[in-house]
Amino acid sequence: MAADPKGIRSGAYFIDGDHACAEGAIAAGCRFVAGYPITPSTEVVERIAERFPLIGGMFIQMEDEIASSIAIQGAVWAGKKAMTVTSGPGFSLMMEHIGLAAMTETPCVFVDVQRGGPSTGLPTLPGQADMMQARWGSHGDYGIIALCPNSPQESFDLAIKAFNLAETYRVPVLLMLDECVGHMTERVVIPPAEEIEVVERKYWDGPRDELLLFKPGPNGVPPMVKAGDGYNIHVTGLTHDERGYPVMTPAAQEKLVRRLVDKIRLNADAIVEYREDGIEGADIVVVSYGITSRVAIPAIERARAEGLKVGHLRLITAWPFPAKRIRELSHRVGCFVVPEINYGQMVREVERCVAGRTKVERVSHGGGSVHDPKDIYAKLAGCLKG
Amino acid sequence: MTEESTIQDLETLVNPVEDFLRMERMPHIWCPGCGIGTTVNCFAHALESSGLDLRKVAIVSGIGCTGRVSGYMKLDSFHTTHGRAIPFATGLKLANPDLKVVVYSGDGDLTAIGGNHFIHAARRNVNMTVILINNFIYGMTGGQVAPTTPIGATASTMPYGNYEQTFNLPYLAESCGAVYVARWTSYHVRHTAKAMKDALLKEGFSFVEILAPCPTLFSRRNKLGDGLDQMKYYKESSEIKNDANTKDVGLTLQGKIICGTFVNKDKPTYLQTYNEFMAKKLGDRFTPYKG
Amino acid sequence: MPENEPKKKALGSVVINAERCKGCGFCVEFCPTHVLKLSERYNAKGYHTPELIDPEHCTGCNMCGLLCPDFAICGYLFKKKAK
Repeated sequence: MAADPKGIRSGAYFIDGDHACAEGAIAAGCRFVAGYPITPSTEVVERIAERFPLIGGMFIQMEDEIASSIAIQGAVWAGKKAMTVTSGPGFSLMMEHIGLAAMTETPCVFVDVQRGGPSTGLPTLPGQADMMQARWGSHGDYGIIALCPNSPQESFDLAIKAFNLAETYRVPVLLMLDECVGHMTERVVIPPAEEIEVVERKYWDGPRDELLLFKPGPNGVPPMVKAGDGYNIHVTGLTHDERGYPVMTPAAQEKLVRRLVDKIRLNADAIVEYREDGIEGADIVVVSYGITSRVAIPAIERARAEGLKVGHLRLITAWPFPAKRIRELSHRVGCFVVPEINYGQMVREVERCVAGRTKVERVSHGGGSVHDPKDIYAKLAGCLKG
Repeated sequence: MTEESTIQDLETLVNPVEDFLRMERMPHIWCPGCGIGTTVNCFAHALESSGLDLRKVAIVSGIGCTGRVSGYMKLDSFHTTHGRAIPFATGLKLANPDLKVVVYSGDGDLTAIGGNHFIHAARRNVNMTVILINNFIYGMTGGQVAPTTPIGATASTMPYGNYEQTFNLPYLAESCGAVYVARWTSYHVRHTAKAMKDALLKEGFSFVEILAPCPTLFSRRNKLGDGLDQMKYYKESSEIKNDANTKDVGLTLQGKIICGTFVNKDKPTYLQTYNEFMAKKLGDRFTPYKG
Repeated sequence: MPENEPKKKALGSVVINAERCKGCGFCVEFCPTHVLKLSERYNAKGYHTPELIDPEHCTGCNMCGLLCPDFAICGYLFKKKAK
């Protein structure tokens, strides 16, 4: 359905990724944000802090990331769309509550504007080293969705998509910016509200006494309700049955946790998104995401100019990973090249899917800046030799 | 709940507390002589006498024996992570101010791991009721030391006896800005029920500390008898001193227990402050926030 | 009691759900009129459960009900008969 025009500032702007992300959340209908300052993400909540009082939203700077990451879940269960924003160190602190959101199937959005790590690392400089943490960071098994914008425009667009996916699958969704995308200023077009597609929360509309808050519908997703509607719900992080009551047995674990994993895994075809350029007939495929996908372009163009058939596959969803497509390509491509601002994270997914059928080369960079395109080019030029 | 009733059908006379419980989940997990169930009776009583619309009451708890209360109460209930009931409750309340939000959790959960959130919610005067059941220990996990464990008492992680200073919870709550602060024990059932009711109806951050026996871990390990012995200790050693200075109500091992309503004042809540401030600042551009 | 002393009328009584009881003794100890006592019988869990030993002095105050951690007992008032 179309977005609610109230609060949406349609028009063309020259703003950075952090600000665009805030506007995307507003366009998606987010009206509760709890956050904690951390470079390079702070501008997101600063914009929210300015905008929300004027559009009926509620922003609160909580005492820490742990409080922020659970305050948003309280807000969701009271009926709001909610988001929190952080960077590496805060992302680590939020891990327990990302797991809580996955376990309780609480739709909400966590934004990680990645910076150099580990630990305090490089607060003002880019990194892409939280990608595996995005998938596996909380303890236990669960499914999750993570999106990677590569521009301020995409920070806006994918923020909306993040909320839509969260509501569709009753799952926390991670929006993985990086410091470059967050702090680069570019043209961002905010469409008229009627052109913005927004997914509203699917509340239970059946007979009241038949509500089972954790009983999946046909696509594996249970209905939502909110506190105050008289359903007397119980929401717990303990392993629970379809009523939501704790049942701590292997059978209940199998039933629930398998469904949490499958909810994303079996819907992967509908969720996975990527962009391809020049894949047909390619001998080399560059797999990239975020700011690195833009840095790779001059390298790819130079290689193509020299006669190499280089395709580019850009992840929109890092998780679920486009395993099917990579497997398919691995039968006919001579080499995958995966540049990332880390020492090898998403490349492991590529390797896993390729399963030894063809070469996979990484172009690692510890962080603190983007790659020099020459380094990516050098890998492209040499990867099919020998 | 001592309504008049006939004795027509004794078999069908139901304990009125059952209206507030998820009876399909009984029996509960608490030990013989544990005081948590006693406080639940008081809470049910308080809910009823408060006149609140129960559909709008949400109960949030953390992890621990007291944390299990939310699972047993027939309300919108949220069993969150250890120490984090208060920020979850903050989100719930700010997103829908029409909800009556109650945090019901234990001493370790709320003041050790949850300590930071406790002080900030009190500082902000977020409109919520925090009921803290203090059994001086981490019961569920086997009896580890808590910030409330009295000096000299042993715990599994203080096997030679606790040497750390303890929190004086009413003092902590008052100094952080709570508008209502009371302490009772699970022996003082009527006072507890009344305090819980007053706290429920109070606008702002209201805090009630209730002492309760943990016979299996705290009492047994410290050779203090069973739950009943602790209840007798509460009866014999407590002194009701409303308006006592919270500085003076600290607890010691088997020492004097000062009970009463220590703080009951009026202060604008977080949302009241927010709305007033923003209206002044932004004038017509601001619509008062109602959720 | 002497024969011609008027019999005291109970104001209420208790309902005991013995199978829930865990024999903690709170109700017995703190009943204001001491009308309860842990009986000799065991419930299925092996606990001695309370019994009303002095029904005439039960005031129906429900102190037992408020105290009981297992929701195994409650007191109630008899309905007052119209004159």
